[in-house]
Amino acid sequence: MSAAAPHAPLSRRVYLIGFLLSVALTAIPFWLAMTGALDKPATIFAIVGCAVIQILVHTVCFLHVNTTSESGWTLMAYVFTAVLVLIVITGSMWIMYHLNANMMPMTAMDGSS
Amino acid sequence: MAAENTGFYVLEEEHHETGSATLLGFWIYLMSDALIFATLFATFGVLRTSFAGGPSPREIFELPLVALNTGILLVSSITYGFAMIAMQDGKLGGTRAWLAITGLLGAAFVGVELYEFASLIHEGATPQTSAFLSAFFTLVATHGLHVTFGIIWLVVMLVQLQQRGLHAENRRRLMCLSMFWHFLDVVWIGVFTFVYLLGVVA
Repeated sequence: MSAAAPHAPLSRRVYLIGFLLSVALTAIPFWLAMTGALDKPATIFAIVGCAVIQILVHTVCFLHVNTTSESGWTLMAYVFTAVLVLIVITGSMWIMYHLNANMMPMTAMDGSS
Repeated sequence: MAAENTGFYVLEEEHHETGSATLLGFWIYLMSDALIFATLFATFGVLRTSFAGGPSPREIFELPLVALNTGILLVSSITYGFAMIAMQDGKLGGTRAWLAITGLLGAAFVGVELYEFASLIHEGATPQTSAFLSAFFTLVATHGLHVTFGIIWLVVMLVQLQQRGLHAENRRRLMCLSMFWHFLDVVWIGVFTFVYLLGVVA
């Protein structure tokens, strides 16, 4: 039975905790975006914050990434990928935003394809 | 003894279980898939205000529909988790039932997404309209395509389970599919946050 179960035994409790946290972390940003309860900067901050926390919740509760799974290699690959993802996304947006701002002084921030 | 050697090696050979290498390999594949999505997110992030006279996110996105789809995918994550627990307990019937529910939820997700795309295109918001919409359709449809292939895989596994039961290979395959399915839910968190919610708010 444990022949193909290299992870620690799965528990229903962990899945349910992950699910309840996810429901809350999904409901809050949708509620904020639909009602506009906070001002814009606070809303953006809260929405992004909920997403980051929810990604971590899914990683731990559903994907079971921890320091012991596959001798820590899953965590290693995960952290490495997270760094690459952040570099690709923030780097692209940073560079292209400045390019846009410098290249098109005539057309305001309208932008064109 | 060994401690005097300068080279690094593992003193105690670890116990490798069947299918462990496959699971780690599949995990590495998922991480490379995450990089594909990262480039698509980056493209979308760069082009998100390039409307070219076309509609803006606030005009075309319907958040209740996105909330419905998010809920469907989230519930499908927990039902897949229950399938894995049933598998762990050696319950073939329970595994198949939870997998079937997961597959139906996945199909509902793809259905709602296709409905959304159809109504967007009907309103004239096609991928050709603006760079923003090109990037939007590319990113969201790539995720939808992944879910579609996940459903195909899931159906194949249901047939496999019916014919051969919960043997070690099928358990390993179901673990890979589990990672795939939960990974797609993680990507969807990025999609609904950065594409839909921030599109409407910002």
